[in-house]
Amino acid sequence: MTRFRVSVHIIPRRGLLDPQGKAVTDALHTLGFAGVGEVHVGRHLVIETGAKDIAAAEASVRTMCERLLANPVTEDFEIAGVVKE
Amino acid sequence: MKVGIVRFPGSNCEDDAFHAVVDQLGEEAVMLWHKDHDLQGSDVVILPGGFSYGDYLRAGAIARFSPIMREVALHAAKGGIVLGICNGFQIACEAGLLPGALLRNDAGYRSMPVTIRVEHTDTAFTSAATVGQCLTMPIAHGEGRFAAGEDVLDQLENDAQVLFRYVDAAGEATVDANPNGAMRNIAGVCNAARNVIGLMPHPERAVDPLLGSEDGLVLFESLLVAAHA
Repeated sequence: MTRFRVSVHIIPRRGLLDPQGKAVTDALHTLGFAGVGEVHVGRHLVIETGAKDIAAAEASVRTMCERLLANPVTEDFEIAGVVKE
Repeated sequence: MKVGIVRFPGSNCEDDAFHAVVDQLGEEAVMLWHKDHDLQGSDVVILPGGFSYGDYLRAGAIARFSPIMREVALHAAKGGIVLGICNGFQIACEAGLLPGALLRNDAGYRSMPVTIRVEHTDTAFTSAATVGQCLTMPIAHGEGRFAAGEDVLDQLENDAQVLFRYVDAAGEATVDANPNGAMRNIAGVCNAARNVIGLMPHPERAVDPLLGSEDGLVLFESLLVAAHA
């Protein structure tokens, strides 16, 4: 069993209204960042877990996302990185 | 009728629900701790409002893993009545007892009276009301924007599972009457079997003229009809 650190991004599903993202977009426009299009605010989780290899660590975190960390109705997730500790 | 009211760490409307059942309806109620494994013979289970587990991760996401929720799910599977109010609605959705999800409001936290229209009266929580009846009661939530895929929304409409909609003074489901951006102005739904009901507004805070409205009483009185049927 090796220890891995898996980071995952959870973001509101595209097409659903994201009021946090919209508020941040408006604030950035107010600051003069006219080039900003859409901003989406999600969550970034870092999970330390034991697994036999990188693939197993990633598969395990995918299951965690499906069962708890992301809401399957409204959120999408992506594994942002897996590193060996 | 015996009503079990689940208290999670962070619940804050359980006493209001107790008051509605015991003092206003004159029925028996018992507080159930979230770590309990027993509903103590409750006919009806209420998942009350509040901020269970500080709304960590997502509202209701952690509470559904409380030991009592296994019993609540069994109760629901056997046709027992489960009522989720506000955070209880969020918990019921997270637990898969109700369809859809409750997202962050389109305009932040809202605490205000709203008017909802009763869409169907063939459930244990609406049977004493009339179709189209408008009820005024408070909301107090930051994550109450009901959302689901368009296909799921169509199915909910077709199967008469949308029980309450936010409406204006004329009873119309307008954009301005929608306090949180809920899809199709949905304020409350039931499951396919019609025994699990969830809504964001607080009928238990509208059971006495002193509270500004007693429009919530008719919903609680519906429970009596169901219990004595």
